[in-house]
Amino acid sequence: MYKSLVLDADKCTSCLQCEMACSMQHEGMFNPARSRIKVFEFEHGARSIPYTCTQCEEAWCLHACPTSAIVINQCTGAKEVINDKCVGCKVCTMACPYGTINFQASSGKVVKCDLCGGDPQCAVACPTGAIVYQ
Amino acid sequence: MGWQKQILRVDLTNGSVHKEPLNMDWAQQYLGERGLATKYLWELMDPETDPMSPDNVLIFATGPLTGTMASTSGRYAVVTKGPLTGAIACSNSGGKFGAELKYAGYDLLILQGKAPQPSYLYIADDDVQIIPAGDLWGATVWRTEETLKKIHHDPQIKVASIGVAGEKGVMYACVINDLHRAAGRSGVGTVMGSKNLKAVAARGTKGVRVEDPQRFMELVKETHQLLKENAGVREMTELGTNAMIDAMQDFGGLPTRNFQEVQFEGTEKIDPAAMMETRPNGHRNLVTNKACFGCTIACGRIAHIDKEHFTIVNRKEYWHASGGLEYETAYAFGPVVGVDDIDALTFASFLMNEHGMDPISFGVTLAAAMELYETGVISKQDTDGVELNFGNAEALTVMAEKTGKFEGFGQVLGLGSKRMCEKYGHPELFMGVKGQEFAGYDSRALQGMGLGYATSNRGACHLKHDTFAEDMEDQTGKGKALPCKETQDATAALDSTGICLFTAGAWGSDNLARQVDAACEGDWSTERFVETGERVWTLERMFNLKAGFTAKDDTLPERMLNTPARSGTAKGKISELDKMLPEYYTVRGWNQDGEPTEQTLHRLGL
Repeated sequence: MYKSLVLDADKCTSCLQCEMACSMQHEGMFNPARSRIKVFEFEHGARSIPYTCTQCEEAWCLHACPTSAIVINQCTGAKEVINDKCVGCKVCTMACPYGTINFQASSGKVVKCDLCGGDPQCAVACPTGAIVYQ
Repeated sequence: MGWQKQILRVDLTNGSVHKEPLNMDWAQQYLGERGLATKYLWELMDPETDPMSPDNVLIFATGPLTGTMASTSGRYAVVTKGPLTGAIACSNSGGKFGAELKYAGYDLLILQGKAPQPSYLYIADDDVQIIPAGDLWGATVWRTEETLKKIHHDPQIKVASIGVAGEKGVMYACVINDLHRAAGRSGVGTVMGSKNLKAVAARGTKGVRVEDPQRFMELVKETHQLLKENAGVREMTELGTNAMIDAMQDFGGLPTRNFQEVQFEGTEKIDPAAMMETRPNGHRNLVTNKACFGCTIACGRIAHIDKEHFTIVNRKEYWHASGGLEYETAYAFGPVVGVDDIDALTFASFLMNEHGMDPISFGVTLAAAMELYETGVISKQDTDGVELNFGNAEALTVMAEKTGKFEGFGQVLGLGSKRMCEKYGHPELFMGVKGQEFAGYDSRALQGMGLGYATSNRGACHLKHDTFAEDMEDQTGKGKALPCKETQDATAALDSTGICLFTAGAWGSDNLARQVDAACEGDWSTERFVETGERVWTLERMFNLKAGFTAKDDTLPERMLNTPARSGTAKGKISELDKMLPEYYTVRGWNQDGEPTEQTLHRLGL
């Protein structure tokens, strides 16, 4: 049984430490616009909901990809994008029912959560336990 | 790095937009946010300028740590010449707007001139446009934010705007961002309104880089842990800043009924326990706590009002949750006006955010009006028929709305306490310094606080120094001057980074200096960091001296200096400002006229 990211909206304060940690890990800078995890706010901030790839068992993004650029990491169960194979066709973004694999204009490729190879930095950064890897 | 090394200059008069490199010599001397904006203001305008004229300069400034993983990194400052005071104004705010402005690629946004028609500024990375405000002129802060997100088809846009209060010239209008975070004091929103600028809408996708990412991330881990382990910080998370109301009540430093008293009998009806209590009808004031950008403390409160309460029973548009009571709001709508109805306080707090007004200045102005009313100086004929007695919750909410909409007696309250009290021939009832109203701490009970109020460069303010520990320990003027000076400098340095003052209980200047050092070029030792703060403080002082202020303005109202506190630990005490102030000037390296000596200016490179 793989570990997964457990997201608890009741504990989220919308501080966005997760988004900054994610972008630092993957982009080398603090840039929420390029984070693989997003926090959505509702009702004047009364509800804050962190949201990212659930690593579906039957991953539609993986099945939809025409170049086999999405593969399963056998250690973590994460569905990862192989950049060299991705041609930026965006079919996976249409296949994903959750909207958590996205096209990045700056690189011309898609990006998604890869669980940071088994040490997801969003969970490390979360100060309230709203994001736990277990 | 840390800095984006680019500033945005907008001349609203002729509609020109220029991107310029950040002056890195100044960045190395003044760091960012409050300090760097002060330097630009100093260079760009004559301090004698009328604050409401197009020649006043309005600066939105981020710091080198804004938008990084350093905890509480969402801060930005609005720096200008304040209309409430005529002094330099520096109000900072959290929320998410500041980080977004920086992610768009700018350390500073400098606004000059006055738009020929009501306008807003749209910034999406390199795309910067001045756009006619149309129907938004006259809209509330809340509707403005909602509308701009719709117009630009982007819910991720962050908005800083003014309400009608700022458009019509309420002297203490705020800039509100993200619905309920405020650059609150001194009328920075009034200046924005005088420039015909309704809002700044920002979207940034460029990110922020730091000089040494590995060392920076190690410090992030270490400093986040320091916050987590700090008892004071934990209390802010659990109870919010309003925990202070019980402490001040016990101590006897809680300004009540326009500072006639220092303890309030209704405190327990409006304190954190009251906010968290579930009532017989199932209503609970507090909904949740909420963080600003990057903040691991999350002191912010989200609250809602009982639907059966008289204020909103027929107004469904206020049935949702929004920004709830923090300490200063609770003080300014509670003890100082004698009101103990928590729903009325919360509603008034909503109105401040919706219409864009400083709750401290509004509450203390209303308190003076209530004293004028109770002593018979003004009557129902002046107050639109409202009974303006202390303790009248309806008077609080009705007047908050009238002032926000600039209607009736609200136009008088919109003058601020000093101008209003002068208008009615009772200047002695103004409770503040340099035209700005006091925060929720009494100068007779907290002596160092009184010195801080008297010497703060933006008029009475509790956020520019911290002698709290000294004040609680000893209630004389002894030994207050040096810690007041030192914490003023340390706070000025902190305010120049992009970090929130509420970290100061857990982090010293050394923790901050190390984070700045890892993020930025240049060797940022603790000594250099603190000296930067002293340079900022002194330059602010120079601005005020040039604007016409003198040592005579570093004073407190007669009530603090001559009327003893009636109860509490300070019963019988008055402020010992006359003893503290000469010592303060000396430790600052200023002469007894409150002017920095040549030697001091030279030492600071001014």
